[in-house]
Amino acid sequence: MSYAKSTFRHPSLQPNQLGYDKRAYEGALSTLCAGCGHDSVGAAIVQACFEANIEPHKVAKISGIGCSSKTPAYFLGKSHGFNSVHGRMPSVATGANMANRDMIYLGVSGDGDTASIGFGQFAHVNRRNLNMLYLVENNGCYGLTKGQDSATTDVGSVSKKGQANPFTAIDLCATALEMGATFVARSFSGDKAQLVPLIKAALRHPGFAFIDVLSPCVTFNNTTTSTKSYDYVRDHVAATGAIDVIPMQQEITTDYQPGSSHEVTLHDGSVVHLYKGDVDLDVTCKVSAQEAIRRHQLEGAVLTGLLYMDPQSRDFHQMINSVKGPLRDLDEAALCPGQKALDAINASFR
Amino acid sequence: MSAIAAVNDLVIRFANVNGTGSASANGLFAKACFRMGIPVTPKNVFPSNIQGLPTWYEVRVSEQGYLGRREGIDFIVCMNGQSLAEDIASVRSGGYVLYDNSKPLDLRLERSDVNFIGIPLAAICREEYPDLRRRQLMKNVIYIGALAALLDIEFEVLKDLIGDQFRGKDKLIAPNIHALEMGYRYAHEHFDCPLALRLERRDLVGDKIMLEGNVALGIGSVYAGATVVGWYPITPSTSVIDAFEKYANRLRIDAGSGEKKFAIAQAEDELAAMGIVIGASWNGARAFTATSGPGVSLMSEFLGLAYFAEVPVVLFNIQRAGPSTGMPTRTQQSDIFACAYASHGDTKQLLLFPEDPRECFDMAAESFDLAERLQTPVIVMSDLDLGMNEFLCEPLVWDDERQYDRGKVFNQQQLEEMSEKFGRYRDSDGDGIPYRTYPGTHPDKGAFFTRGTSRDPYAVYTEKSEVYVDNMERLLRKWESAKQLVPEPQLYQPDNASEYGLLFFGTSTASCLEARDLLQADGFALDCLRVRAFPFNQTIEQFIADHRQVFVVEQNRDGQLRKLLVGECDIDPKKLISVPLYDGMPITARQVIDHITATTRSAVVTPLRQQPARG
Repeated sequence: MSYAKSTFRHPSLQPNQLGYDKRAYEGALSTLCAGCGHDSVGAAIVQACFEANIEPHKVAKISGIGCSSKTPAYFLGKSHGFNSVHGRMPSVATGANMANRDMIYLGVSGDGDTASIGFGQFAHVNRRNLNMLYLVENNGCYGLTKGQDSATTDVGSVSKKGQANPFTAIDLCATALEMGATFVARSFSGDKAQLVPLIKAALRHPGFAFIDVLSPCVTFNNTTTSTKSYDYVRDHVAATGAIDVIPMQQEITTDYQPGSSHEVTLHDGSVVHLYKGDVDLDVTCKVSAQEAIRRHQLEGAVLTGLLYMDPQSRDFHQMINSVKGPLRDLDEAALCPGQKALDAINASFR
Repeated sequence: MSAIAAVNDLVIRFANVNGTGSASANGLFAKACFRMGIPVTPKNVFPSNIQGLPTWYEVRVSEQGYLGRREGIDFIVCMNGQSLAEDIASVRSGGYVLYDNSKPLDLRLERSDVNFIGIPLAAICREEYPDLRRRQLMKNVIYIGALAALLDIEFEVLKDLIGDQFRGKDKLIAPNIHALEMGYRYAHEHFDCPLALRLERRDLVGDKIMLEGNVALGIGSVYAGATVVGWYPITPSTSVIDAFEKYANRLRIDAGSGEKKFAIAQAEDELAAMGIVIGASWNGARAFTATSGPGVSLMSEFLGLAYFAEVPVVLFNIQRAGPSTGMPTRTQQSDIFACAYASHGDTKQLLLFPEDPRECFDMAAESFDLAERLQTPVIVMSDLDLGMNEFLCEPLVWDDERQYDRGKVFNQQQLEEMSEKFGRYRDSDGDGIPYRTYPGTHPDKGAFFTRGTSRDPYAVYTEKSEVYVDNMERLLRKWESAKQLVPEPQLYQPDNASEYGLLFFGTSTASCLEARDLLQADGFALDCLRVRAFPFNQTIEQFIADHRQVFVVEQNRDGQLRKLLVGECDIDPKKLISVPLYDGMPITARQVIDHITATTRSAVVTPLRQQPARG
């Protein structure tokens, strides 16, 4: 890490449509290890929010505990953040979203936070289809406590500790699909070209969007024998194909050849273009996604890219039929029935 | 044979099998007393079971207005073969036993000192109703009809109650009234009605109401503007959420769209329930949850976060008998320690202690104001007795001019006009209470990072000892500010009249005041104080200082409130005498008196002159 953040900005740096330059999306200086995958994920979040023209203060960042959960301090410095307790980010995010459905909720977690202590909460936030992006920075180990294996460590993977992990790994994407997520993707912190559009699409998705980002731990789990190292992931990656998000009413301009893409239209009229790769996958079919994940797993490959999205997603507020605007903005006049109603209530108790 | 003779002063117990529909019939009895203008206290004694185990419903009728439980069953309605022997044995000498004599009573159960009233309920039902379920349900209504004759309940009152109970299902009204009449007629034809033990109309309840504390908490939360609820089912707290949902569905639906102006999430566990409350409060909504002992244990980590990160939380703790799963359908006040110091590290949590449903309503509303004003958890300490039994109390009142106190929150305009840097944890007013902002308020100002780690006044992570200590000391200043804001204790005398004090809280109140009256009649005066909140304020310290000895009545084994008083107010432990009544049943005046008498006999204080009369 360096000790001072440079304030220099290239004079030709263009602001986005809202007039914010990229700096408006940055945060405090990272205190993670030099080369940590998580910092690349943070940079991708900055880039995605900038490109997606999101007002920085309209994002709420919520996390649990661990290296990953510290990262919200290092991006979106104009946003409120909440570094809560270990494994409980999903419930805090649920409450926050219930209070004000009009903001963007960005949950950042790690493999320990999500696949172990918070596995129950993770399962249930999927079921609620809470409108949020839940992003896991998955390094297959516990960094802050010095490198213990986590529940996503593959069988046989050997970290710096030197012991082969004997326990079955939890595949978070497969879990999310099973538990009801309506947008599921996997990516790699070393592949910003893939990750940025995925984050943009996930932020726009009206429901629970899950991205499992393999994000190597350079200090404890970047060994030649680890399946979560930079080299291993690069060598074993198979991608579902690039995606591009086209907001409603924006002209489609891409470099890809017409006819080679698959379009998925979102509720608000935005379009996600999926450019076909080598992988046989229908992203709107859950069974197809589950099958593709499993097949690649058996072949020893890591399948990345968009795996599944449900264009008919109905989020938690729609399920429970709550009012359109933020509940937190309702005042006494809207909320308190007054003494007259109470007189009738009293009468019913006599 | 002797027969207890009394008007409007009795304890009647109904012994039933759980899940046989007895609850609504028994409720008719209590409500009929209430509508005849006589003070009444029903208590449900029920098992942790859905169907099959014994359950009892005990009603005390007291013309003097004593609403605590009383020992000594004057009349028992025996409708459960499993508990028959125990039930018959439980009646006072001279009391009455109503039983089903369709089959002869086992001779071994007969007692010569009580009055048996046999009614062939099963036989009547067999003749009247072809289907089994109906036989079971109507049996309950028939014995209520018989009681109307035996105890002189006004029949019109019962008929009105049936009409209210089945409003909307009108075709059930006539058959139920017919069942009442069958019982009434049978009793009149076979016994001298009314008995020497009976009821008589009075005008003693005024405009009072009867409801459960949990219902009042739910209604109070609707009135207080709560919009977000996260919860997990646990006895005896579940009906708080049921009530909130019921009244919100009635009163909080947007007229145009039919959409709800509230959001409820049944969470995966109590940890998540508390996480939802914290997330919603942090984001500016009024949010709450309700739970009981095991849930409090699970919520503790989050309660520590809310204390330290300074996020409002409203938690209704409907206490039950612990430890662990304990006696989940029995009452206790045994979570004082678990709540007052909930979570690891140095924490102190605000507690409120309601005594009846009216105060549940008031304190529900107040808890949201306090939590937001002080940016900290507020735990309302109800219990199973208060939560799940109907209490006679004053009607609910709401001042239509009342504004919610949302506490110190900077809005967009205030942030816009601010020249200095916003400091989330700066004590700019000197009261220990900082200013907060809701997420999304302003594009450039007011954002901060909420965390459970130590931080400086600007919410920036720090491990500097002096900054950490400054913050912990500020939290103590906030605690001092809280003492000025929490409800004052209730004193029951204009001036102290005795060297001895009686201190109690919550559902011990009615029995403690009755004990005071009985002891007073016997020449032993006690000054009374009811604690309504933690932190304890000066009035409580003064009350203790002003008395030579203070008895502290509480429904737990270890004298938790007493120890909290000793520790927090730095009081000589010898001054406070514990009266621990924790068997899981609502306490009685007799138990309070016996403890005080036993203590005074052991010469710690001046001996009493004699045992008082029956309470």
